[in-house]
Order: sequence, then structure tokens, then C-alpha cells
Amino acid sequence: MPTNIDLAKLKQLPDARGHFGPYGGRFVSETLIAALQDLERTYEKLWRDPAFQAEFDRDLAHYVGRPSPLYFAEHLTRHVGGAQIYLKREDLNHTGAHKVNNTIGQALLAKYTGKPRVIAETGAGQHGVASATVAARLGLECQVYMGAEDVERQKLNVYRMKLLGAEVISVESGTRTLKDAMNEAMRDWVTNVDNTFYIIGTAAGPHPYPKLVRDFQAVIGREARQQCLEQAGRLPDALVACVGGGSNAIGLFHPFIEDEAVRMVGVEAGGHGIETGEHAAPLSAGRPGVLHGNRTYLMEDDAGQILGTHSVSAGLDYPGVGPEHAWLKDCGRAEYVAATDDEAMDAFRLLTRIEGIMPALESSHAVAHAMKMAKEMDPDQIIVVNLSGRGDKDIHTVAQIDGIEV
Amino acid sequence: MSRIDSCFDRLEQQGRKALIPYVTAGDPNPEVTVPLMHALVEAGADILELGVPFSDPMADGPVIQLACERALKHHTRLLDVLAMVKTFREQDGETPVVLMGYLNPIEVLGYERFVELAADAGVDGVLTVDLPPEESEEFVQLLKARAMDAIYLLAPTTEESRIAQVCQSGSGYVYYVSVKGVTGSAALDVAEVERKVRQIRQHTDVRIGVGFGIRDAASAKAIASVSDGAIVGSVLVNKIAELADSPAEIPAAVAAIVKEMRQAMDA
Repeated sequence: MPTNIDLAKLKQLPDARGHFGPYGGRFVSETLIAALQDLERTYEKLWRDPAFQAEFDRDLAHYVGRPSPLYFAEHLTRHVGGAQIYLKREDLNHTGAHKVNNTIGQALLAKYTGKPRVIAETGAGQHGVASATVAARLGLECQVYMGAEDVERQKLNVYRMKLLGAEVISVESGTRTLKDAMNEAMRDWVTNVDNTFYIIGTAAGPHPYPKLVRDFQAVIGREARQQCLEQAGRLPDALVACVGGGSNAIGLFHPFIEDEAVRMVGVEAGGHGIETGEHAAPLSAGRPGVLHGNRTYLMEDDAGQILGTHSVSAGLDYPGVGPEHAWLKDCGRAEYVAATDDEAMDAFRLLTRIEGIMPALESSHAVAHAMKMAKEMDPDQIIVVNLSGRGDKDIHTVAQIDGIEV
Repeated sequence: MSRIDSCFDRLEQQGRKALIPYVTAGDPNPEVTVPLMHALVEAGADILELGVPFSDPMADGPVIQLACERALKHHTRLLDVLAMVKTFREQDGETPVVLMGYLNPIEVLGYERFVELAADAGVDGVLTVDLPPEESEEFVQLLKARAMDAIYLLAPTTEESRIAQVCQSGSGYVYYVSVKGVTGSAALDVAEVERKVRQIRQHTDVRIGVGFGIRDAASAKAIASVSDGAIVGSVLVNKIAELADSPAEIPAAVAAIVKEMRQAMDA
């Protein structure tokens, strides 16, 4: 890591205009500027308000079920041979993934701003379900945009959203996945900006979204840090998390930024392999550009058109990434690698069989890379893996790969 | 003085308003675009807005999304669009051309190289939908250095305190987005537009073009009467879509719509 980086300053980002180094910012059409400024003001005020904090914490404790355990995966550790692998069990949260930490926070913001309607984009459907859930609880109207391809491969979550009272809108434009769902959600927001709160599901988009999503998700890292100190008597040597937009990863990483000795490793979707071009790994194989309101690493062609992506996991199937990850990469504070579909599938099966924990296919990417790392490390070293979600939603995909009709 | 400023000055002397048609470059194929541009001028267009196709046009409705998809099927790149402007300029040295699109294709070329190439091609203004003044200081300086105008959007949601700031950053004209929504959406409220244009004028001398939601000669006339110019896009792009399989008919058919608007505006 470059020695001239001031980690305390790095942790304080973004700056007042939402920039993380050259990344982030607010690249949107004029119609949305006022709404984003308004959201920024509301958020900055409420985030410092003890009453808001108390309400957020209470919801996380009693509705989400936090703190989530930090589980020493003894069997996986023994199987791999090497560093001790701990799992941060975000899969045990209400609705089955880390996504709900953020939707609880944003729904509280929606409530305080008095907007009667929320919209969301979703890939795997976890953020859609988490949004529909908080909307049901607060009595808000909810519409969720989802790429037509994802609607097909995540039927279970589509039905869950409907049961929760949300309307799922299948997006047929473009590549019919998460990026197109986000385009369509932005178009909706621009049209209904007066009465609608847009619950963005990842730590990306125009300022202040990357910041506020991170702040809501940072509970993961704060808990993990304290739990590791309590259970192992020291900080971990490495953190590993999957990165699509990157909200679970930044939630785990951020509280550790100043702990220089703790390696932070983000695992992107390597799809069929980086060399095939069929993947969703902008930090590993893309370059900086501007999409969805922020400057960040993107998968694009040489004319600046956004490329279609591929991943077995719908939640990682996105050509961009949160701007804070882009800057952590450039600064050298975090490393980013990729795991292929096959590696993730193997990890999914292994963890299911030897720990009795069925991870989401997204999280399986992190498990796959953590296993590789653990082998190269000493038995007294510790890796904390963010098990960001559970695999129930992926049963159809896995069965299909196995040639079984469920 | 820029071509855009002299165009508005000339119109003002004649007591007329600007008619500003938008088409997406390369739609439905790259061969159509330059003849179409000439046909639009012939029909009475004062300024041309040429859309740069982008894979993810977030501020556009389905009509212009599909235009981008048609153009991208032929791999119409920003460099190709600049080449079209250059070809157009061989026969028309007078009509201002404004490029309208999204930032990422420009980012890939690099601001300096883009500005250089755009100036050489004869581009007069650049409207980058997702580049508000706060993020565009460097870009605007480069445009100004080559005598090109940075065109910005104002929206119904723009707070009054911000209007002067946006108008100061830009030049040529400001593009007032007449409805909350994407291109091609919702009906116009002319009285509301008039109110807002009057408010904008209190903060700036920059000319005000109004777009989004102009569908026919009557709405073009109504909007022009309360502003400095009518910007019309989706209705033209719709016609192009209708004729995508017989592209030779496109210039005349689209020009006919523009001509009707021109006549209504001048009547």
C-alpha cells in the first residue's frame, strides 16, 4: 500500500460534493438535483440526531435481529487447512441478507420526508424483498424494478415481493438485468420525484447514496470488529466480501479502514472467467467512467457504451461498482479479485455440506476466494468472510445447473 | 460571437422564435443522418440538436431509448457522430449544431481530445444530460476555449436560488425541461411553462429553449410564444421509427413535420 495515504482522512470520505478521490459525485440530470440536495440535507440532519439513531438501532435489534453472529467455521477451516475462517452471518437477518440494514435506514428517511411511495431496483431480488418488507411495515406504496432476465431466474423472490404488497415491474429494455432496472427506476424517480423516495440498494449512484448506504451497512463491520476482538482476542488478518455494487463489502470494510494490518479483499463475479469477457468484474477488468450518477470503474467498450455482464448470481450481475471501492482500489487500501461461476458453485456446495449453511450464490464468491487465501495462510491467522445472504433464493438456479426440476 | 448567439440575434430582429429539432445520430442507420440534417434546415430548423447514442439513456423515454438501440446496432460511436457533423458542415456553414447525450462516451475520448475534435468538426454547443454545472468546471473551460457553448438543463424542480448559477455556467441557451419526467412523456402545461420562463428571465439574459412534450405544430407555437425557442424530439424520432424499414423516405417525412411547426410558429 502506498505509504502516503492518510487512513484517517480516507475514512472520512466522501468530501462535501460526494467525491472519493476522482470517483463518486453527482452525475444526474437537472430534474433530480433538488431531490438529491434535499435527501442530503435530510440525511445529514437525521444521521446526527440521537432520536433517529435510537430508532434505527431499535429496528436493527428487534426487527432485523441484530447483532448477527460471527461464526467460527471450524469444519470449513479444517477442510481447507490454513487460516481460521469466520463467517459474519448476515444470512440470518430478517429477509435473508444484509440488504435490510440499508432499507430499514432509507425507509426511516422516507418516513421523515413524508413521501408516501418508495421505489427500488433489484437484481437477485434481495433488495427488492427488503424494500417491499419495510414498505409493508410502514404502509408505503412500493414498486420494484427488476430486469426481465432476473424475474425469470429469481421467481421465488418475485413472489415474495408480491405477497408483501409490492408491485414488481419487469424491465425489458437493454440487457434486461440490474443495470436496466436501475435505469428504469431513475426514469420513474425523475417522473414522480415529488411523492417518491428512491431506495437505492447498493453503495453506488449519485451523492449522497454511496455515503448513506455505507453508513447504514457499516453496522456489519462495527459488529464484526467487536465480535472478533471478543471471540478471538484480536483483530482479523483479512476481510473477504463479494462485490457487485459493493454494499455488503463496504459495510464490512469501512470500520476497519484505519486498521492498517487488516487486509480487505473484495471478490467480484468472474463469470465464465475474466479472459472470456463474460463476467461482471469492473474493478478487475474495467476502467473509470460515468454511469448511474457516479464516476467509478465500469465495464464498457472502447466507445464508452456499457457492456452486458454475466454472472451466475443475479446480485453481482452489474457493470459498475460503488465509487468508494474504486478509490480504495486506487489507493491500494483494498484489493479486488474475481471468482468464477464454477468456483462459487463449488463453494456453495461445500459450505452447505460441511457447515450446514447454504450461502447465497453472491456470498459463495467470497467463500470461494477466502478458501484460496486460507490455504496460503497460517493456522493462527484469521479471515472474516461476509456471508451476506442465504441461498434459499438460489435453489432454482442450482437445481437447473444440476438438471433437476424443482 | 458564437453561431448560436448570432442565430438567436437574427431571429430576434426578424421577430421569430427558434425551432430546434432533435434527432439521434445514426438512427435508423448512419447514412440517413446527414441528409436528414439538411432536410431539417430546409424545412425551417434554426438549430439542430444531434443525439449521441448511449447504451443507458437514463433521462430518456422509450422513444429515444429505441432510437439509441437502432443507432448502436450500427455501432454509431461518438467519433462517427463528429464525422457526420463535419460532413454536414461541408454544405452548411451557418446552422448551429448542438451535440446532446451522456457523459460516458466523452469520458472515454477524454475531455481535451473530444473538445478538439468537436471544434474541428464544427460543433457549436454540447449538452451533456448527466453533467450538471457542479461536475463540469474543467469541461466548460475547455469548451469555452474553443468557442463552443455549454448548454445546461433547467427543470421544474430547479430551485430558484440555483437558476442564476446554472445560467452563469452555460452559454448559448438554456434548455428548460417543461415536465418532470423523461423525454416524450406527459402533456404540456403552457401556462406553467410561461410562469417558469418568466422566473428564469429574472435571473439571466441567456436565451431559453423549451423542450419535452412538444407534439405538434400547435404545441410548438404555444411554447415558442412564451420562450425563445421550441425544442422538439420524440415526435420526430417516432416518425423515424415508423419508417425505419424504408430509410430513404425519412428526411422528407420528418422535414414535413418540422415545416408544419415552422409555419405555425411564424404565422
